Amino acid sequence: MHPATSVILFTTLSGVGFGFLAWLGVDPSPPTGLGAFWAFTLAFGLAVGGLIASTFHLGHPERAWRAFSQWRSSWLSREAICAVAALLVMAVYAAALIFAGRHLPLAGWIGAALSLLTVFTTSMIYGQLKTIPRWNTPLTSALFLSYALTGGALLSGRITAAVMLLVITALLQFTWWRRGDSALAESGSTLGTATRLSDRGTVRSVAHPHSSPNYLMREFIHVIGRKHAQKLRIIALLLTAALPILILVFIPAPTVALALAALIHLAGVATARWLFFAEAEHTVGLYYGLR
Amino acid sequence: MTQLPQSTERKLGLVIDLDTCVGCHACVIACKGWNTENYGAPLSDQRPYGDEPMGTFLNRVHSYEVQPEGGAAQTVHFPKSCLHCEDAPCVTVCPTGASYKRVEDGIVLVNESHCIGCGLCAWACPYGAREMDQAEGVMKKCTLCVDRIYNDTLPEEDRVPACVRTCPAGARHFGDFADPESNVSRLSAERGGMDLMPELGTAPVNKYLPPRPKDSWDEDSVLAPFLEPVVSDAGGFLGWLDKQLSRLPGDTHREER
Amino acid sequence: MASQPKLDLSTKVSDEIRQTTCYMCACRCGINVHMKDGKVAYIEGNRDHPVNQGVLCAKGSAGIMQVNAPSRLRAPLKRVGPRGSGEFEEIGWDEALEMAAGWLEPIRRTAPEKLAFFTGRDQSQSFTSFWAQNFGTPNYAAHGGFCSVNMAAGGIYTMGGAFWEFGQPDWDHTKLFMLFGVAEDHDSNPIKMGIGKIKARGAKVIGVNPVRSGYNAVADEWVAITPGTDGLFILSLVHELMKAGKIDLDYLSRYTNAPALIDPETGLLLRDGDDKVLVIDTVTGALTPFDQKGVRPSLSATHEAEGKTYVTVMAKMAEKYLDPQYAPEAVAERTGIPAAKIRKIAAELARVAFDESFELDRSWTDFRGETHDKMIGRPVSMHSMRGVSAHSNGFQTCRALHVLQILLGTVEVPGGFRFKPPYPKPIEAHPTPHCKATPDSPLDGPHLGFVRGPEHLALKEDGSPARIDKAFTWENPMSAHGLMHMVISNAHAGDPYKIDTLFMYMANMSWNSTMNTSGVIKMLTDQDETGDYVIPHIIYSDAYSSEMVAYADLILPDTTYLERHDCISLLDRPICEADGAADAIRWPVVEPDRDVRGFQTALIQLANLMKLPGFTNEAGEAKWSDYADYIVNHERKPGIGPLAGFRGESGDQVGRGAVNPDQLDRYIENGSFFVHHVPEEASYYKPWNSAYQDWAVELGLFDAPQPYLFQLYSEPMRKFQRAAEGHGERQPPEHLRERVRATMDPLPFWYPPFEDDRVDTSEFDVHALTQRPMAMYHSWGTQNAWLRQLHGTNPLYVPTKLWEKHGFQEGDWAHVTSAHGTITVPVAHQAALNENTVWTWNAIGKRKGAWALSEDAPEARTGFLLNHLIHELLPPKGDGLRWANSDPITGQAAWFDLRVKIEKTDAPAGDQAQPAFPALKSPVGKGPNELQWQVGETE
Repeated sequence: MHPATSVILFTTLSGVGFGFLAWLGVDPSPPTGLGAFWAFTLAFGLAVGGLIASTFHLGHPERAWRAFSQWRSSWLSREAICAVAALLVMAVYAAALIFAGRHLPLAGWIGAALSLLTVFTTSMIYGQLKTIPRWNTPLTSALFLSYALTGGALLSGRITAAVMLLVITALLQFTWWRRGDSALAESGSTLGTATRLSDRGTVRSVAHPHSSPNYLMREFIHVIGRKHAQKLRIIALLLTAALPILILVFIPAPTVALALAALIHLAGVATARWLFFAEAEHTVGLYYGLR
Repeated sequence: MTQLPQSTERKLGLVIDLDTCVGCHACVIACKGWNTENYGAPLSDQRPYGDEPMGTFLNRVHSYEVQPEGGAAQTVHFPKSCLHCEDAPCVTVCPTGASYKRVEDGIVLVNESHCIGCGLCAWACPYGAREMDQAEGVMKKCTLCVDRIYNDTLPEEDRVPACVRTCPAGARHFGDFADPESNVSRLSAERGGMDLMPELGTAPVNKYLPPRPKDSWDEDSVLAPFLEPVVSDAGGFLGWLDKQLSRLPGDTHREER
Repeated sequence: MASQPKLDLSTKVSDEIRQTTCYMCACRCGINVHMKDGKVAYIEGNRDHPVNQGVLCAKGSAGIMQVNAPSRLRAPLKRVGPRGSGEFEEIGWDEALEMAAGWLEPIRRTAPEKLAFFTGRDQSQSFTSFWAQNFGTPNYAAHGGFCSVNMAAGGIYTMGGAFWEFGQPDWDHTKLFMLFGVAEDHDSNPIKMGIGKIKARGAKVIGVNPVRSGYNAVADEWVAITPGTDGLFILSLVHELMKAGKIDLDYLSRYTNAPALIDPETGLLLRDGDDKVLVIDTVTGALTPFDQKGVRPSLSATHEAEGKTYVTVMAKMAEKYLDPQYAPEAVAERTGIPAAKIRKIAAELARVAFDESFELDRSWTDFRGETHDKMIGRPVSMHSMRGVSAHSNGFQTCRALHVLQILLGTVEVPGGFRFKPPYPKPIEAHPTPHCKATPDSPLDGPHLGFVRGPEHLALKEDGSPARIDKAFTWENPMSAHGLMHMVISNAHAGDPYKIDTLFMYMANMSWNSTMNTSGVIKMLTDQDETGDYVIPHIIYSDAYSSEMVAYADLILPDTTYLERHDCISLLDRPICEADGAADAIRWPVVEPDRDVRGFQTALIQLANLMKLPGFTNEAGEAKWSDYADYIVNHERKPGIGPLAGFRGESGDQVGRGAVNPDQLDRYIENGSFFVHHVPEEASYYKPWNSAYQDWAVELGLFDAPQPYLFQLYSEPMRKFQRAAEGHGERQPPEHLRERVRATMDPLPFWYPPFEDDRVDTSEFDVHALTQRPMAMYHSWGTQNAWLRQLHGTNPLYVPTKLWEKHGFQEGDWAHVTSAHGTITVPVAHQAALNENTVWTWNAIGKRKGAWALSEDAPEARTGFLLNHLIHELLPPKGDGLRWANSDPITGQAAWFDLRVKIEKTDAPAGDQAQPAFPALKSPVGKGPNELQWQVGETE
């Protein structure tokens, strides 16, 4: 899949943003006043910024409001609704903390649930696709939620939780990759099933329909970036988990450590997301004899 | 509405005959021409006179080779457009309801004025049947020429998709698969019409007729009928000729032996 | 469920449909051009049209991009920079025509042969040859010489008609269709429709082609033959069939010269005082003219006279083809086809021809007056085009193929191969070549024709060639289409003489339409010691900014095919089907938005300026103002003009009739074509069928019935061979004597392609071929925005054996070297390919700056031409002579004789295929960066 910047930004930023919101929602003693203002500004900034980034890849963002209509079948529609609901509930929760200094735990818990639900719906946009066997697993949702909670934990200053989650996320990511590497083969889809010609011999593509790359090839086949996939995986694991853990464990100043760890972690998440798309093989690629 | 209908009244679709398609791309360009001028936004072309030209096409012809064990390789031209699946994953993922499957005939369409161009439907389609128009920012796909097949302003025989009307080899057939007696149902039944990637459960309406077995004369196991020599040299030939000619009657009856 | 959007599904498709004739290739289908707001909105096939019956290929449907192409020339151009620079100034038509007349008029008055007028892919040859004839130059031809003249001449000399678009399999009845070589380039939609019909019935297709692409992809049986060996394979089939007696003796006896008697001394056929071929009648045993009522010619008789024993052609054929040299085992290695497979194919041909024979319940009367109550089917049909013909042994191979058809009795019978009017037509009905140039006078007759013997060669009194292309000389006596590929080379060399003006139309001679592209570019720009160009003037007409434009001094910009009048005439290359004579027109369905004129109109205006004889009436006035005027009002013979339909004052006469001033309107009302059906009793056996002969005379195809025999034994060839043996006044020069004697065999035989003798075949061990993709005909049009997306690059396809041997990977490049040069090109793997053959799409490679493409377009970067590897001359053999790389009989360019060697190499810098040439300056700029094409109101 083509690793579009807008979608990488979206999933990375709003993932951590909603993760942060979730932690804020369940915090038994959340910040208030100015502290709350900065915390929620950051959380909303990430969540909303991500959502705005996601509209950059739309052909017609002015019609984006229509995306609220199809919640009965469409995960993308559900995501839109959940995101707005989460943001609205959390806005009430945040306003109470910032302006009234009041803690509304019920709103917080509901907002947190909606925030995580939003991350889940995002993950299902990808996880539902049978056309991309690498994504088509419940592990994708687990991974997205884990990333969101980890990033949120870092931003909300929970060092212990963060370290534990970093380990879990790293393990999940590793497992997800391992599964993913054989997912296409195990899906059973091949150029043979795509053309139904395999009963007579080995099928190969001898000429593409058009001699230059078309939209489908640009969108679904990303051969070039994959050459560096193994290196990038190591970098992603270092950035998302290993370095932040080391920083949290060995840097004594918690604020500095957290800020540094969060930044590095985010860079790692973006790298992992780039790989998430770049490594994904779509069944359309089979028709082109490419992956 | 992106929920799929429980069932459709008719199941319109195509039969594509892989035994007959010569790979001439006539269907590709007829489709381009019709759909540039008709339903929805024109199919644009980026860098039409430059490097890596890239246009929107709703139908493309692949070329494959099949290498049998030990035999001669075969070439198969393979046209591919929307299969108008009964369980179309592209429809259900659409967040706006722009993508829908028509209740009356099962055609999968995009309502372009509701399309936000998110591209998710193209991701959900296993076959590469949907293409985002780069100039218009909306999703384009085969409409089965919905604006031809019901068009009262066209002569009745022209109310078929542009690709079917133009196909010089007659490798494309249009009809209603819900009717077991239709041309397409019968062709598909007789020639073993196939679904593409059946393992994905999309239940495509369009069927592909497999190429007939090829190069059977290469097989040593098949005993070639022996052409019995009647002569071995020119002299013998003339003698044989004499005998044959004396048996030729004077009128229209012919005999070759 | 929420409601679906309500769609208006009956929107009007267009304001108006204008019906005309496609010209995206030579197939010439009927098209419906849908117009919106006066612009072309959509093009589809015309269902009523005899050629395409509604279907249309990719090219036809892409016509809209052709009519609006950015590469269209806009006005006449005068060269202002050096030749080849592409520097031009736009001028008006008056200036352009005066400039042309200023060059042409003086040579017309003094030495008309100093004009070489070659019209490339012209399809108005009856008109352009008329112009050239009236100018007086002998130097006229179109592009047939470098295309497929072997196929045309082979067919016409053998059976009075050819494949091309001049005949067709009996698609409705055939049960086995055998296709030889690449054939996707002519008659394209009818053949695709025919294959579709066959496939729908489940009948078999055999494809004989080193490359399994296109039609060969749907072939049930693929014969991966070694290029240049088709003749050997065919004669092996002949050997097997004759040996098994599986030949149609009745057919051979009645309709061919198989029973003709050969004079053992001269090798000529025994004739009576009226020049009629004599045969022995099996009924009476007497020597008698072949065409008498009741005669049953004997195939095996001998005739003794004057101490000589005359034997039949059939006997001669038995002697030749039963020879073990044609046995499957003897040819298997050379052809690359296992002997068992050759046997199997022979057996199948025999089985289908004879065991699956059928009868049509139609009676017919032959030329001997005998009535047959049935038509007997031999349901084996064959087709072939450039593939087998573009070899130096192509003519004899084409003859061999027709001999095979005739032995099976499958020509002009149900289920076999059928001619389309105006064919069948015996050699005698064709003109002979004319070449006598006289200052200030028309030529003494039509340029091109069919020689019957040495007396018809186009030689001057001193024996030197009369034509610049050396057509109809001992180098290639039967060159019925001329040799366009030799014109520039010969003109540059001054061999046989120098010319003053080269005038060309629709022929990209500085690029893909020529062999030896770099060399030809040099010849076009070469200057003599005084600084003048060796070819002093070059006039070129094209509709688009092709590579050739840069090499002309004066450009006459043509219109696109939707902006012009044309006629597709029975006098020329009509659009007939086996069941009907048909012709067609084009008319301006849109008016040009540029200062351009149809080439034929420009020629008429030029002729009027020079007051050319045939164009001027007795009062000294111009007869016609433009091409439309000529189409309607020109009469070739009284009552016969370019168009056969709607003749006579009231427009109700067919074929023959007075000029009808409303003729073009009547054509337009009728969909721009006219068809006149062949009566049912005349539909088969046309060369011998009295009903057909009478119908053809009535239509004006010829003036009297002219039944004839198929020429298994070619007497004209024997006459040339005999001259080479030392007989007659005109004999070949010594250096050609042996070649003429050997190649002019009156019975088809096979010899290795000439290049095999001149190069080390163990070094150059790979055959290299080209073909045009079905979606892009000859590159006579522009790079079409839609079609170039299908085929914008052309890798060299390499078979598995060579792919593995050289360790190629996808994305690799190779040096490809012939005896003449080296190119560096991208490679791709293709398994369905003869194991010693590589190939690529022809003419995808473009020169930077041409066709309004950007300079980084793939066509100008990775795209390449094989032409750089092919010379118009064979490698020198040290005798100081220039030996053309052509068929020695017809002069057909031997494109497919090419042998190469390949080696893996690094990708060149910038993935630039080599050789690369500097960019041409575009006279039209570049195309837009995006197209969002829609005309009229959007819904």
